[in-house]
Formats: sequence, structure tokens, C-alpha cells
Amino acid sequence: MRLSRRIWGKVVHVLVITVFTVLLAFPFYWMVITSFKQNVDLYTMENNPFVFNAKPTLDHLKFLFTETRFVRWLANTTFVGIVVVAITLVLAVPAAYSLARLSGRWGERLGIAIFLTYLVPQTLLFIPLSRVVAYLGLQDSLWALILVYPSFTVPFSIWLLMGFFKSIPKELEDAAMVDGLTRFGAFAKMVIPISTSGILTVVIFTFTLVTQEFVYALTFISSESNQMIGTGIPIFLVRGDVYYWGALMAACLIASLPIAFLYNLFLDRFIAGFTVGAVK
Amino acid sequence: MAIGRAKIKSVGAAQSPLLGAAMFTPAVLYILLLVAGPFFLAIFYAFSDARIGNTEMHYVGLENFRSILKSPSFRIAIRNSFIFTICSQIVVIVGANILAIALEKTFRGRGFIRFLILLPWVAPIALGAIGWKWILDSIYSVISWVLVALHFYKPFNAPMWLGEPHLAIASVLLVHSWRLMPFSTVILLAGRTAIPKDIPEAAAVDGAGFWRTQFQIIIPMMRPILSVAVLFGLIFTFTDMTVVYILTAGGPFDSTQTLPSLAFAMGIQGSDLAAGAAISLFLVPLLIIIAYFMLRVAHRAEVN
Repeated sequence: MRLSRRIWGKVVHVLVITVFTVLLAFPFYWMVITSFKQNVDLYTMENNPFVFNAKPTLDHLKFLFTETRFVRWLANTTFVGIVVVAITLVLAVPAAYSLARLSGRWGERLGIAIFLTYLVPQTLLFIPLSRVVAYLGLQDSLWALILVYPSFTVPFSIWLLMGFFKSIPKELEDAAMVDGLTRFGAFAKMVIPISTSGILTVVIFTFTLVTQEFVYALTFISSESNQMIGTGIPIFLVRGDVYYWGALMAACLIASLPIAFLYNLFLDRFIAGFTVGAVK
Repeated sequence: MAIGRAKIKSVGAAQSPLLGAAMFTPAVLYILLLVAGPFFLAIFYAFSDARIGNTEMHYVGLENFRSILKSPSFRIAIRNSFIFTICSQIVVIVGANILAIALEKTFRGRGFIRFLILLPWVAPIALGAIGWKWILDSIYSVISWVLVALHFYKPFNAPMWLGEPHLAIASVLLVHSWRLMPFSTVILLAGRTAIPKDIPEAAAVDGAGFWRTQFQIIIPMMRPILSVAVLFGLIFTFTDMTVVYILTAGGPFDSTQTLPSLAFAMGIQGSDLAAGAAISLFLVPLLIIIAYFMLRVAHRAEVN
């Protein structure tokens, strides 16, 4: 009785994990299969779509890398990502430190207020911002994205880093200041070096947010060569009504996997940021 | 992240309030300029006749709201926004709870399984949605192929998943749930691992079965974390336009339009900034409610 119950439990466990994994990962499996199938194979309705009915091919990849601006979009995304990471660090690291150490409840309140601005969605701001961008003459320029993206990367980064700095004992800086460092010197020479893992978390989080953004890139950027990956792939890999599904799926896969991998490495820290103190 | 209470006044910060202010002012100014500024600009536009390509604008009072409320597309959009948000949240919370229980046990290959399960959340949503667009293609859909192979439909007669209003709504709902499930799962998992192991063990000793332990002990203990997962989930779905834009662009016949996607269609594609701004303002009431509950969760964590 006991034993059969244990086996039963194990079967259910494996079943639940399998069903969910298949449902959640299926589109990515489908991207892999589609990327390497010949067009004759893809577009013959009688073919079993789960197997290769014709020899696998690299044609879609070749097409993607030689006849589209895919590489350019990757480069654009990397460029915007790096600049936005730099701006985010310059703004968020000092702000988070000062709010973490601010006396009384004010630091905390201000921190929560900043966190709440992260909840203001792009879909509320993109209309007025499109006019601001036009006014600044930044239409169809990556600099428009560089200007606007920190508005959602900075709040969350401050929030993540505040928690991090609070876990560093104050005595450390006090001791450094007794040894003759200024307050800012203690921050720059003592606190930042031991905070590298927190700062790295912010770097990765900011970068993935930039790659995932869609609304601003769609609104502000129009020409093919200035696209980010998230907008270039769905808009410019479709010519008229023709979908190049092989190339599309290959592009999605190539762009998604590195981002997914990076995000996964730092997942636990991001989740800590999202749980707003509900988990201790 | 624990919100620690700053009981002891920091000596250092008290010594150099100017430095403290100098360190956070740039960030606060940036956020004010690029979040608060456009937010008020959106309200301002909603009462004007601002259009793309025309620098002049005039105050028109409630005219935009009046014409929006009369438009059938807007009514569909507001209805869809709530359908997508609430239904996907129900699917996600049920699924994520089950999945979190299953993932709590350690087993071989758990790390890899976790990576696969997380893909919908960590990959850019625009790209995941294109994957679905191909899966739901009008002719070469793999789902249709399976249904035809199982003789549910005759060849060439399978439904157009994104071409018929009800199916298109169901498809968008599916993709939203798919996207959000991993996020809620890892948040609930974090909540579960934070519960001391001796609590479920003590319940088992007292004779409580699996379901009773879950429903009467664990899930009530996870209420704060559950509300965090729900609140973020509501915000992410309610304010998203990427899924709809990629899958159906609001069609067929505006049947899958949501508030954000309609704001984009009117405000940017239709050049009517004022109408777009007015539509997107309808997001605000729910956002305020969510922010209020989020603050309550944060406050409770602070008091404990």
C-alpha cells in the first residue's frame, strides 16, 4: 500500500514535469527543427512536420547572415545595450548606495517610490515620448533608445542594489573613514570592490531588459538598418506577405539563447528583486 | 530582497547629507524627466488635438474621451485587456503552483529542466511570439497537422487559429499564459524554499495528508509571495502590446485589440497622438490599484 503510493507519486511527479516542460519549451524546439529544414520539406502539407522528410540544410542560416541585416541588428542591440548599461551604472550605483545608507525611513520610502516608477509601463509613455524624441531630432536614431531605456533600467537597478548595499556592514566604511578615507573614498575604494557581484547582476539585468524591449524600438526606429533584434526580425524578415519561416526561426533562436542563458545564471538575484521583501 | 529596518541612524550619512543628496539626485532627476514628465504630457495630450506632423495643438476638453467611448473598437479593446489579464492569470497561478511543487524536489537534470521551463520568460517576448505565429500558421500549423492526423478535421479544413475572432482571442490568451508561467513559477518556488522544512514535516506527523498540508498550511503561508506573483503578472499582461501586435496586430477586425495595441494603432500608426494618449490613460486606474497592493505587501514585510 505504502510502496504503491510512493511509486504513484513518482509517476505523477515525472508526468507533471514532462508535460510542463514540453508545453513551455515547445516553441523553441520548433524553432530548431524549422531552422534546418528545406523549404520543400516545410511547405509540403502531407509531410510529418516532426521529422526531417528531406536532408537538413544550412540555407536559412546562410540567407539570414548574408542577405538580411540580421548581423547589423545584433550589433545595434549590443551597442545600445552597452551604452545603456554604462548610463544605468553611473546613475544607479551611487543612488542605491546613498539611499541604502540614508538615515531614518526616508531612504526606504524614496527607494520604494523609485521602485514604483518601474511599474509605469512603456505603453503609457511611448506616445508623449515619441513627440519628445521628434522634438530632439532623434527619430530613427539608436540614441533615442539610449536616452529612453535608462528610464526603466535605472529604477529596478537601484532597487536591486539597495538590497545589496544594505547587506554590507556599515562598520566597514566607518573603519575606512577612521583610517583617513573620505566618505566618497570609502564608497569608491571599499564598497564598490566588494559589490562586484551585485553590480554584475545589474549589468546582466539591464542588458537583457534592453534586448527584450519592443514598444519604444517599434515606435522610434523606422529604417531597416537601425533596427534592434526584437523589431528587425518580426518586421523586416517578412517581405510583403512572404514569411521566411526558416530564417525567422533561426533568427529567433540565435537571438534568444544567449539572452536566456545569461538571465538564467542570475535568475535567483532577479527574483529576489521582484519579491519586494515578501520572502525573507 | 529583505527590506531591513534602518533602526540605527547611520553616522556616515548624517555627517554628509550633501554628498548623499548629490549621489541620488541625478538618478531621481532622470526618472522624473523621463517617467513623470511624459506621464503628465500624456494627460495633457489626452485633452488636446495633438497629431503627428503638426506642432500646433489646442485644448479640446473631453472631446477625445467622448469619441473614444463611442468607438466599438475601444469597447472591444477594454474588454480584451481584462479578459487577457484575468484569464491568463488564472491559468498561470494554477499551473505555476503545480509546477512549483514539482520543482521543489531535487532530481537529476533539474537545472537543465529549469532552463527549458524558463525559456518563455527569459527569451525576448517578440521572438517567442513569432515562434507561436509559425506554430499557429493558417496553412502549415503543426497543431492543425496533428488534429488532421488524428482525424478531428479533414485536410485543408483545420481552423484558422489567428484568423477567426474567438480562436484568435484564445491564441493570444495562450501565449500570454505561456510567457508568464515561468516567472510565476520561480517566484512561488522562492516562496516555497523559504518555508522552514519542519513545518510540513510536523503536519505530516500530525497526520495531515499531502493536499491538506498544501491547502491549509503551505499556501496560506505563501500569501504574500503569491500576491507578488499575481500583482506583477497582472501588470505585465495588462500593459503588454507585443504579443497582440506580433500575433494578430489587433485583427481580425480589431477583435483582439487591447488598450495598449489600440493606443499604438490610433496614436502612432493613425497619427492621432491625442486619441492614443487618451486610450493609454485607461491603463492608469488598474495600475494605481496594483501599486497600492504592492505597497501593502512591502509594508507588511517591513513590519514583520
